[in-house]
Order: sequence, then C-alpha cells, then structure tokens
Amino acid sequence: MRLLLDLFLTFAKVGVMTFGGGYAMLPILQREVVENKHWATEDELMDYFAIGQCTPGIIAVNTATFVGQKTKGFWGGIFATLGVVCPSLIIIAALAGVIEAFSHLTWVKNAFGGVRVCVCVLILNAVVKLLKKAVVDKVTAVIFLLVALGSLLTPVSPVIFVVLAAVAGILLMNWGGKTA
Amino acid sequence: MMYLQMFWEFFKTGLFAVGGGMATIPFLYEISHKTGWFTPDQLANMIAVGESTPGPIGVNMATYVGFLNGMNHDGIWGALLGAVVATLGLVTPSVIVILIVAAILKSFRNNRHVENAFYGLRPASAGLIAAAGISVMLTNLVDASAGWSIGALNIKGIILAVILWVLTNRVKETKKWHPIVFIGISALVGMVFQMG
Repeated sequence: MRLLLDLFLTFAKVGVMTFGGGYAMLPILQREVVENKHWATEDELMDYFAIGQCTPGIIAVNTATFVGQKTKGFWGGIFATLGVVCPSLIIIAALAGVIEAFSHLTWVKNAFGGVRVCVCVLILNAVVKLLKKAVVDKVTAVIFLLVALGSLLTPVSPVIFVVLAAVAGILLMNWGGKTA
Repeated sequence: MMYLQMFWEFFKTGLFAVGGGMATIPFLYEISHKTGWFTPDQLANMIAVGESTPGPIGVNMATYVGFLNGMNHDGIWGALLGAVVATLGLVTPSVIVILIVAAILKSFRNNRHVENAFYGLRPASAGLIAAAGISVMLTNLVDASAGWSIGALNIKGIILAVILWVLTNRVKETKKWHPIVFIGISALVGMVFQMG
C-alpha cells in the first residue's frame, strides 16, 4: 500500500514538472525514478520510454504505466497512471472554468487571437520535426502526402488512416524483403 | 449518455494517436466536427492552454474538452465529471496496451512486424498532424467568410506567424526557449494589436 501511494505521489510530481510534450519529462523521470527511488536503472528507463513512444497513446502516460507495472504489478501501473494525470485534472479544471468565465471580455478574446497564431507555428514546427524522423525514403514521403491530403480533403476518420498505414508498413516491408 | 460517448471518443483517441500529445490533435479535430462539443477556435485555445500548463499536453487537452463539454451540459458538476471521464477515456487504452506489452517486453521490442508497422505509422501520423495544422491555420489566418481575396487574409496574424517562425527556427538565442514563452508573447501582441 505504501509503495502504491509512493508511485502515485512520485508520478504526480513528474506530471506537475512536465511542461508540454512527453520529451520534456525524460530528465525529470531520470531524477525521480532512477536516482531518487531506484525503481529502474537508466537503461531500463530508456527502454520503457522507447516503448512508450511506439505504443498508442500519450508518451508520458505510457511510461508511467510501464514503470508502475514493473515496480508493483497491475495496481502499480494503475496508481502511477492516476498519479501522472492527477495534476492535469486539477490544474485544467481550475483554469478552464476561469478562462470560460472571462472568454467574452474583449482583451481576453484579443489575447487568444494572438495565442492561436502561435499555436499554428508550434504545430508547423512539430510537423517539420516529425517529418525528419518519419520521411526517410520515397515510400514514406508518399504515405505522408496521401494521408495529409486525404485527411484534409475527405471526412475519413484518422483511425482509418492509422490502421491502413500500419498495415501498409508491414506489407511493404515484407514485400521489399527488408526491415525498418 | 453523453459522458459514455465522450469516454468512447477519447478511448479511440488514446488507442489510435501514435507519437505523443500533438498526435491527438487530428482526433480532437474530428470530435469537434462530428459532435459540435467545441469549435475549432476553442480547440486552438485548448492547444495553447495544454502547452502552457503543467502536465502532458495530450492529457491537458482531454481534460479541457471534457470539462467544457460537461459544463455546457450539466453545469459545474457536469464539468468535473466530464474532465474525469475524458481523461480516463484517453488513458485507458494506454494502460491496457502497456500492461500487455510489459508482460511480453522482449518479444515486443524486437518484433519485426512492430518495427515495420512503424515504418508506415510515423509518416501517417505526421500527415494527420500536418492536415490538422493546415485546418487550424486556415481558420486563424484566413477569414473564409470574406471569400478568396486579399481582404480575407488576417494580415496581423500572418505577420506575427512569420516573426514567430523566425524566432523559433532561425534565431539561435530564442529557438531553445520553451513554447510557453512564445505563447505569452503572442497573447500580449494579440492584446496590443487587437487580434481577437
């Protein structure tokens, strides 16, 4: 029970200190999980993080579940996960109410008008960064273009594109006789 | 009923969004289109709030959507319930998948099919986020109601976007800054130049 509580609190701390994307949490995880709590070695943590990136869902959540499971089994995974999302729940719930209450004010509208422009640039930067990792040859360039155009111009659900792309990856690589 | 549907929508997002928080954006976009629970403008606000508050951005956005949607339906208690339901929906697939993977760790990491699937998944995920990004840009930098003309362009917005792009990509001193700094600057610029 004590260990479960410890997992919850440690990952709540990791959640609070993770600002933005999952990559920001790696140095914090190293300090808390490896150096302070000794729940995993440096190498194990890198493995969990790598798997967190290539399994569905939020990287931070995946890594938390993994460390929790390895430390204290099923319930360890559950408590670590609840810990990592807990700060978001509290902070966003408090903030969303305030933002919505003031959203009709002119200066708030103006501020968000500027902020939304910034969001455009942040997404653009994220896409460019992803492209460097994802588009490694002509085939992946074609997949990128097909999915981008298909998603933009048709109402087909992203779910369909994700499933098709995974199948295409397996078929193309087996057909080509090589491994990614 | 609405809460069940919301759990299901976020469950799907958690199951199919591969590659971190930004990968949830195309799914949130689809939810906005399909259900009308929130507008594309509100979604862009949520991305900004999710990026500039503590916690993983994907979780923050799910909580925000759930909160807002619950509030619109049932007031403050609905908002709290909605925030919890959306967040749990998002993380449930992660928990299930990871608990399974953790049990078969070695064979999963070096599985040829998993690696091959990611050969296709990575560019597809980038394509989905690119499409969502273009939609966000069109709603914010072009006023579609004014038709296709120079007057339809949000000139102030485009100038700010170009400056931000240069600062985040080309200027050595500023490109390492955390996104929250640029979001803060943009909020100030928006207020001063009345960009709402």
